[in-house]
Amino acid sequence: MIRIEHLSKAFNGAKILSDIDLEIKAGEIFTFIGPSGSGKTTILRLIDLLDRPTSGRIVFDGEDTAVSETKQLAIRRRMGMVFQKPAVLNATVSENVAFGLKFRHVPREEIEKRVPAALELVGLPDLSGQRAPTLSGGEMQRVALARAMVTQPDVLLLDEPTANLDPVSSDLIEDLILRINKKFRTTIVMSTHDMIQGQRLADRIGVIMNGRLVQVGSSAEIFYQPSGREIARFVGIEAIRGGTVTENRGGHALIRIGETCIEALTDVRVGQRVALYIRPEEVGLMPDDASFPRSSVRNHFTGRITKMVPSGPFVRVTVNCGFVLMALITRRSCTELGLVVGTNVVAGIKATAIHVLTDEKIDT
Amino acid sequence: MSDIIDGVNQAISLIVTLNPEVMHIAALSLFISLTATIIAALIAIPAGGFIHFHEFYGKRALIILIQTLYSVPTVVVGLVIYLLISRSGPLGVLGLLFSPAGMILGQTVLIIPIMMGLVISALSGVDRGISDTLVALGATGLQKILEIIKEARYAILSAVVLGFGRAIAEVGVAMMIGGNIRDQTRVLTTAITLETGMGNFGLSIALGIILLAVALIVVVVLNLITSGMSSDSQRIRGGPQG
Repeated sequence: MIRIEHLSKAFNGAKILSDIDLEIKAGEIFTFIGPSGSGKTTILRLIDLLDRPTSGRIVFDGEDTAVSETKQLAIRRRMGMVFQKPAVLNATVSENVAFGLKFRHVPREEIEKRVPAALELVGLPDLSGQRAPTLSGGEMQRVALARAMVTQPDVLLLDEPTANLDPVSSDLIEDLILRINKKFRTTIVMSTHDMIQGQRLADRIGVIMNGRLVQVGSSAEIFYQPSGREIARFVGIEAIRGGTVTENRGGHALIRIGETCIEALTDVRVGQRVALYIRPEEVGLMPDDASFPRSSVRNHFTGRITKMVPSGPFVRVTVNCGFVLMALITRRSCTELGLVVGTNVVAGIKATAIHVLTDEKIDT
Repeated sequence: MSDIIDGVNQAISLIVTLNPEVMHIAALSLFISLTATIIAALIAIPAGGFIHFHEFYGKRALIILIQTLYSVPTVVVGLVIYLLISRSGPLGVLGLLFSPAGMILGQTVLIIPIMMGLVISALSGVDRGISDTLVALGATGLQKILEIIKEARYAILSAVVLGFGRAIAEVGVAMMIGGNIRDQTRVLTTAITLETGMGNFGLSIALGIILLAVALIVVVVLNLITSGMSSDSQRIRGGPQG
């Protein structure tokens, strides 16, 4: 649907995006995730032809978009965009939703049918006569969504659509995004700095860091097999560095870190320096005295808890077992197991839960 | 003190009896200043819009120049226009000196800068997100500009009202270009100057009250027109129920 080739954008000499290559397929939900200021908004604005790229090109449905303003307008009219901060005009909700249709010279009777349908879609049919500036942030964002959808776009662009909203409003918007994608087969390209949202909504995720598209993949790939240390940190994994592959039999490897040997699945050759990435949720903790269930858990290390940080219903536990290991344990199990700072524990990790990257690759 | 009381009494009787001379002066004032306001608005709103919506070299300097001209003395405008339209001036053949048309020209020139400057700041006051939103909704350049002007309507109205206020309240241009000729170019402000000088305080006070009343009427009407552009009033008048 949208093909992006060698796309770069600079403002006043400062590079915002460099050399992005990407193909977004028709009907998918594609999410850009990345820290604030990484260039997510810029790429969405470029796709919507609001700004011109410094170099590279965007092909929309087979059509090069580096064309005259008039032709760009025709392409832009096949897209809808919702901004992070919804801007409504000082008019009624209905009038706000009708703008896109008015600009396209859709006949009045048609507008009068489609506007209520769009408000129905976002669940705000009762607000049609209200002045838009009096709405709450969540309602405004839904009006913005209705306003974009009323023109029945092929592609819907959403720039951090829930960034300024409370959790309930965010859920509503997320449900709507999924519904729209299912019901109308609208291609959705969105950005978020919320990884969980990315995971919940996206068919595919693209990670943007410092203006570069550093990894594209399914949410499982991004969350379990990040392709670099920065990405790993962004999706919540701290690297365990300083490992060396000491043995590798057909992808089944032994890695030594200090005094400890760890089993993992990787193709990295013997002698290579590696870093390990382990999702903290995949680490099981047991007090040292208990007999740890062996089952399929190949790796278990003894260590001492050095830090515990509550995180909602979970506790983020730091264990020093020669190397620093992070575990995410529910608050309840923490209490049940009597885990406190200083407790000696056994940490168990399946070999399949360990993602291995060579250390050279990480440093680039 | 008794002058003031006498003046107010006389003012009331002049207004109540619709004194023909006073009414003529008031009507001429209104006609000249309103015409000047309309012409100035027709120039200042598009020009202000052009300056706001385009980037060009010297834009900042131009805006500073416009803002400086907010405070141009009316007598300086009067002098310049006088030189332009006096018989020996470049526009002398038009015979505008000492005519209402000349006064309209002078007042138009006087209030264009303040209107244009305030239109520019009215448009700058519209959230930048609105402009992006309109473009993203598929607006053409012109559709976008029209919607932004509509969005800034109340602030633009203030610009027009202020321009009108400056026009109807000024003396310099009216005196120098109009010449305060009875039944021809005598307006409220020049009449007040003259009558006060002659000691006819009652007439002066009456003219002052009328001046304010005229301003009130114009401001109310302009406000009605502006709010008629929004949908509030449609609903009040029994349009589609919200």
